[in-house]
Amino acid sequence: MSVQALTYIFVGITFALYITIAIRSRAGSTSEFYIAGKGVNPIANGMATAADWMSAASFISMAGLISFLGRDGSVYLMGWTGGYVLLALLLAPYLRKFGQFTVPDFIGTRYYSSLARLVAVICLIIVSFTYVAGQMRGVGIVFSRFLEVDIEIGVVIGMGIVFFYAVLGGMKGITYTQVAQYCVLIFAYLVPAIFISILITGNPIPQFGFGDRIIDQDIYLLEKLDLIMTDIGFEPYTNGLKETIDVFCITAALMLGTAGLPHVIVRFFTVPDVASARRSAGYALIFIAILYTTAPAVSSFARYNLLESTHDVSYQQAPQWFKNWEDIGLIAWRDKNNDGLIQHAPGNAFDPIKPKYLDSSGDFGERVIANNSPPKSRNEVYIDRDIMVLANPEIAELPAWVIALVAAGALAAALSTAAGLLLVISTSVSHDLIKKTLATNISEKKELMYARFSVFIAVIIAGLFGIYPPGFVAQVVAFAFGLAAATLFPAILLGIFTKVINKEGAISGMIAGLIFTLGYILYFKFMHPDLNSSSNWLWGISPEGIGTIGMLINIFVSIIVSSMTKQTPDEIRDLVDQIRQP
Amino acid sequence: MEKSFTNKNDYWAANLKLVASLLLIWFFVSFGCGILFADYLDQFTFFGFKLGFWFAQQGSIYVFVILIFIYIHKMQKLDQKFKNSNDKGN
Repeated sequence: MSVQALTYIFVGITFALYITIAIRSRAGSTSEFYIAGKGVNPIANGMATAADWMSAASFISMAGLISFLGRDGSVYLMGWTGGYVLLALLLAPYLRKFGQFTVPDFIGTRYYSSLARLVAVICLIIVSFTYVAGQMRGVGIVFSRFLEVDIEIGVVIGMGIVFFYAVLGGMKGITYTQVAQYCVLIFAYLVPAIFISILITGNPIPQFGFGDRIIDQDIYLLEKLDLIMTDIGFEPYTNGLKETIDVFCITAALMLGTAGLPHVIVRFFTVPDVASARRSAGYALIFIAILYTTAPAVSSFARYNLLESTHDVSYQQAPQWFKNWEDIGLIAWRDKNNDGLIQHAPGNAFDPIKPKYLDSSGDFGERVIANNSPPKSRNEVYIDRDIMVLANPEIAELPAWVIALVAAGALAAALSTAAGLLLVISTSVSHDLIKKTLATNISEKKELMYARFSVFIAVIIAGLFGIYPPGFVAQVVAFAFGLAAATLFPAILLGIFTKVINKEGAISGMIAGLIFTLGYILYFKFMHPDLNSSSNWLWGISPEGIGTIGMLINIFVSIIVSSMTKQTPDEIRDLVDQIRQP
Repeated sequence: MEKSFTNKNDYWAANLKLVASLLLIWFFVSFGCGILFADYLDQFTFFGFKLGFWFAQQGSIYVFVILIFIYIHKMQKLDQKFKNSNDKGN
């Protein structure tokens, strides 16, 4: 059977499964809709959290990114797992003890102010929407490559599915669907990784395989990869290029941001008690670590395979996948030195970076592009980093069903995260904005109706982002972490671990963190992209890592302002004491 | 003999101590071994990996998982102790 037919079958079966689960776990009350009635088993919640967390970015993009960054890619691995330690030790148990529906609920109550709640809602919506847009793009890529439908139709189908189970099932439906999606996505990630590990090193465990010797050669894979790359003119794969302070700050921003992401935190409201909240954070990290420890193995295998199978190979003899992805527009080649061979080298191959195809073919049948060739780089190939995981099974010549499986896994990753995000957005609108701020006397039934209606609106907006992606989406997703780190994380942390931080302190802290971080990002990424280099950055910290400084500013401002304003009321001090007990 | 808990402040102090020591390890393996002294550790080889590289891409993640489970286990004991001493009428 062809890859395409198999993909249709796999995707069809998994979609049918998700819908069945959604119908069987409909939500009847606001408590079920928002937090699944607090009845979720910690292991199931761990899986759901993992699926919620591991987005199209983790599944599709991360290994590819690390593949091209080498050592510097470690920031994502440590950053996106280390945050769970903070979450488990510092936030999850206490927020569960507090026991309401949302993150703004906590901030609004602890800081006894609807303004604090409102600021939290704004931060939450900015963070979540930038994130959800990236998911819809992931759905679009998978549909266009593997099912050969237009990206627009792909996005509409994806939206339809998410809409169906989010509106019907709320958090309850989403949680159980995510359990299924976790199983699909982890299986789809591991199978090709294991295959490739066996092919290259003979070791069936990818985590050990990428430290092993290459089959029939007396050299370690990473050593060989370092040699090949140095030969071509790259830095060795296992050496870092980024400044230590920047690596430090990016890792910290990703960790702190992870712990402050509302769609992750809200997961810990869904379990029965404090002990279960701790346990589900532990299980979630195990389930996440399975993918996150496999990803760097996939990255180095992919880089090795890519260079082995295409460097100094003539275009005519290049493998079929190279041409398939060129057809989609995610690979481009120009024979700069007129030798008919494909050559990789450091630097961007083209200017602008993304290829603009003309409607003609060159001497070897390649697609001709209109871009300039930057004089500094000998690099002849543009490869979109997002394709490394999707193309990996083809590059390693794995059977067709593995390729189909990866497509279904990527969809599971994108849909599960999109659903989780849409739910926190709609919850914060219907619960925090409408029920708690605008129309406090509406009935539960009416609130549930508003909740479903806000999911509907959120799905439409997310879908529009997917169909008409603003050019900055991919960049902005990374910044969602910086913003969460600089706003929500410190507000929650200080709310639990101190009694002295009052509403004036928390509000000015969040606003200071938000303005500083957002301002820094906007300045370097959108207003003056030409200045965006380490010599102009504050202390050599890139916009990706600036959230760490934003967090420190937030804490500093909160403490100063609190010390100058009125003490926190006694009932709030009692509330904090209560949260701290098991 | 371990001392029994006299009040909720003891529970909170014990909790803070546990969290602080676990976070110290958390910082040491990730920011320490994976970033700050990674270059130094790279001179050692560990199962075919440079040691600093291994910490950054594998080791720190394993330690994170272990830390959370130590926390779960210790807190369960702490909760139990707190409950017992409260039942005794303190």
